[in-house]
Amino acid sequence: MLYREAGQFKTSYAADMAVFPITQDRVGLAIILFIAAVIIPYFGSSFLIQAVMIPFLIFSLAAIGLNLLTGYTGLLSLGTGAFMGVGAYACYKLTTYFPGVNIIVWIVVSGFFSAAVGVVFGLPSLRIKGFYLAVATLAAQFFLSWCFIRQPWFYNYNASGAIEVPSRTLFGIPVTGATASDTTRYFVVLGIVVAMTWLASNLVHGRIGRMWMAVRDMDLAAELIGIQLLPTKLLAFAISSFYCGVAGALLVFMWYGSAEPAVFDVNLSFFILFMVIIGGLGSLTGSFFGAALIFILPIVLRYIPPEFGIPIQSATVDHIQYMVIGALIVLFLIAEPNGLARLWQIGKQKLRVWPFPY
Amino acid sequence: MRAPSGPDVAVGDVLLSVENVSLSFGGVNAVSDVSFDIRKGEIRAIIGPNGAGKTSMLNIINGFYQPQHGRITFKGEMRSKMRPHDAAHGGIARTFQNVALFRGMTALDNIMAGRTLKMHRNFFWQLLRYGPAMTEEVEHRHRVEEIIDFLKIQEIRRTPVGRLPYGLQKRVELGRALAMEPDLLLLDEPMAGMNIEEKEDMSRFVLDVNDHYGTTIALIEHDMGVVMDLSDRVVVLDHGIKIADGTPDEVKSNQGVIDAYLGVAH
Amino acid sequence: MDILYKVFIDPFMQMGAAPDLLFQTLWDGLVAGVLYSLIALGFVLIFKASGVFNFAQGIMVVFAALTLVGLHEHGIPAYVALAITIVVMFALAVAVEKLVLRPLVNQPDIILFMATFGLTYFLIGFGELVFGGDPKVMIADQLGLPRGAIDIKVAGGFVSLQKIDIAATVIASLMVATLAIFFQKTRIGRALRAVADSHKAALSVGISLEQIWVIVWFAAGLVALATGIMWGARSEVSFALEVIALKALPVLILGGFTSIPGAIVGGVIIGVGEKVGEFYWGPLLGSGIETWLAYVIALVFLLFRPQGLFGEKIIERI
Repeated sequence: MLYREAGQFKTSYAADMAVFPITQDRVGLAIILFIAAVIIPYFGSSFLIQAVMIPFLIFSLAAIGLNLLTGYTGLLSLGTGAFMGVGAYACYKLTTYFPGVNIIVWIVVSGFFSAAVGVVFGLPSLRIKGFYLAVATLAAQFFLSWCFIRQPWFYNYNASGAIEVPSRTLFGIPVTGATASDTTRYFVVLGIVVAMTWLASNLVHGRIGRMWMAVRDMDLAAELIGIQLLPTKLLAFAISSFYCGVAGALLVFMWYGSAEPAVFDVNLSFFILFMVIIGGLGSLTGSFFGAALIFILPIVLRYIPPEFGIPIQSATVDHIQYMVIGALIVLFLIAEPNGLARLWQIGKQKLRVWPFPY
Repeated sequence: MRAPSGPDVAVGDVLLSVENVSLSFGGVNAVSDVSFDIRKGEIRAIIGPNGAGKTSMLNIINGFYQPQHGRITFKGEMRSKMRPHDAAHGGIARTFQNVALFRGMTALDNIMAGRTLKMHRNFFWQLLRYGPAMTEEVEHRHRVEEIIDFLKIQEIRRTPVGRLPYGLQKRVELGRALAMEPDLLLLDEPMAGMNIEEKEDMSRFVLDVNDHYGTTIALIEHDMGVVMDLSDRVVVLDHGIKIADGTPDEVKSNQGVIDAYLGVAH
Repeated sequence: MDILYKVFIDPFMQMGAAPDLLFQTLWDGLVAGVLYSLIALGFVLIFKASGVFNFAQGIMVVFAALTLVGLHEHGIPAYVALAITIVVMFALAVAVEKLVLRPLVNQPDIILFMATFGLTYFLIGFGELVFGGDPKVMIADQLGLPRGAIDIKVAGGFVSLQKIDIAATVIASLMVATLAIFFQKTRIGRALRAVADSHKAALSVGISLEQIWVIVWFAAGLVALATGIMWGARSEVSFALEVIALKALPVLILGGFTSIPGAIVGGVIIGVGEKVGEFYWGPLLGSGIETWLAYVIALVFLLFRPQGLFGEKIIERI
């Protein structure tokens, strides 16, 4: 009875084409934003914010980035980790050379560096497709990883090979580095992620989203209706890498506080891909679901069994995590290739006609 | 919605001219020295037994294949190497034998996709969505809704096309082609796999597109009844060679055509 | 000017100055290449027969090796452990067919590809859970594999050939020859090729997909086991090997996904290319270029010849 469209008539195409045409959806979104912006920072524990919410938001952003490329445009990429790394290192170098500039500016600008690198490694998509393209993105992944490890310029010739995040402030409040509080960092991350999600949503609901999906579904037919393949694919690489780059910068500057190059390895690429697959290819909300599941899972595994008196080792947690995720991937691909997002839609559909079965 | 034209081609003038075109794939001659023309405003059928080269001919006009010999003149201008998206921008649209819809999208989105080459609001406005980009979306939505009304597919707007029955998919594909406001519409076996009622519906739509929008149509079709009823002129291909060219009546009584269809060896 | 010299002249001078080092590098590259080819071989088997691109092949190598060594650690004698491992690989083939392949019949290739990612991670987790994550030593001696090296005098110096490497090359050649004959000449081989072409068509002529897939995955599992033993004998057995497993992808690109000879040639080219590249040009760039050199070579190949040296040309029909 609650979730109904009855009585909600649209009198203009603009209203019909709104991103959330159903009032209940809009209310739901408002509630979620309220919880995120008010309830969590004020009532949430430090653990919740630091260990759960901040990384969840950051990984969701990376998942959105990959989703735009793989879910919407159909270009499978295994280089996500490397593109996130480009963003992180770009931000690091920029703030090293220009420490006076606002760090938020550098976080956003580092996305452009990532986008440029993404376009370069996306050029092969002119001639190669499918798993061949995936292998090409692996070339990007391994080459860039090597750069981060072997080219000392990236980590300012630091003896350890790792990068330390310097302390930066925003309007006098520390936002990075050891002195920044969880809440401050949370707000920065939340703001950036919400804004970028909104932009991504705008893109996919309009002309560009349709162009990407056309290229994904049948590129020959896309050409037929006047879409130029290479610019469309390169745009997807650019935007996707931009998002991943910003996510990478946020990862290091707003969460880890420091980073070893091993962070941006091929495993990270796979994990983000798994978030996208499980969450739902071609769905922005799916990116959030997928990030939640893949990210929350190890936390649940680590902390819940001890509550029940079952001791569990850290290494075992890793192993079980891999097994569960691997199994989930296969399961979702078999049962619901459109991921959690589709299950959510089906759930809402059921709710629409509740208490009737159909 | 009048089809816009490039250099002005009056009704009855030649819109597309194919001259001495030959295409072969590694030794197999798909099309050999074929010439014919298509006049503006007419419905031109391309027929012939299986393997005659009809689809190859359409693929050449469309830009998918580049002929080894011959030339093609469209709207008075000779074409050099043309890719499909150039053909699209030039005013040529096309449907496929095996429906080439975007399966991940709804019927409405598929047809809206057909408007892509008419949408110009740049990337920056797309990011914002509200404002000029939205105005453009709404404007094109109006056009698309006209097409949806025309093809009577209102109820299935929001259905993902993968779930539609074959006949409706073909209609949506026609809608997408119409959304491009083409000068020349190429239909590759639009009636394939349809029952009598569906064929009648589709025939009616083809005629209406020609009448109402003034679109020139070239179609490949196997059903002789449909060809005779719909077309103004017919060109017949067999084994890549043109064997007849004229009105349906002329072609129907041409001995060479009859022989080709009955499989009589020359 | 100086850079040009360093890149185009100097490495060749070095090669000429110490030819025995060059031969050693070439030999090491050949051996590495042979092992890459074996992994690629497993891929090709599965791809040829089921159209599935088994990303988990490399992990299967490690998993097989780990099972073997793990069983032995628990006190089971070497040859018995070997037999049990073979049974385990068979069980794995059956499980994969039932749980992953059958439900995904007729799905687009990219979905099956992604499913093998899931399989990869599952096997990593499972393997580490059951056998522990510490690196282990391959039971080469217990299996009767040769130890030690043969030194050959060459061009003023000498080249050291590990006996295990020679054994690996021999065994690999035997496997390849057997598989090639199997595919071309036997009834089952024909059926495998039919399945690779089209699942639906093969089903319609009465070929049992389930049986075929089990056979193929089992065969790939055996190849994986042999590879795991060879590789483990040269270095330790742990899931760090997965990086090496990923190397098989460039090999496949070079050789073509459907060609057994291609897997060999591709493997050798990559193996030699990497070692030579790393040894003579590596120091210029800052070492460790092995991690990406293979991929960049593959990428360049893709741009000019996407089907690889021996693969079938990909034709898109409209």
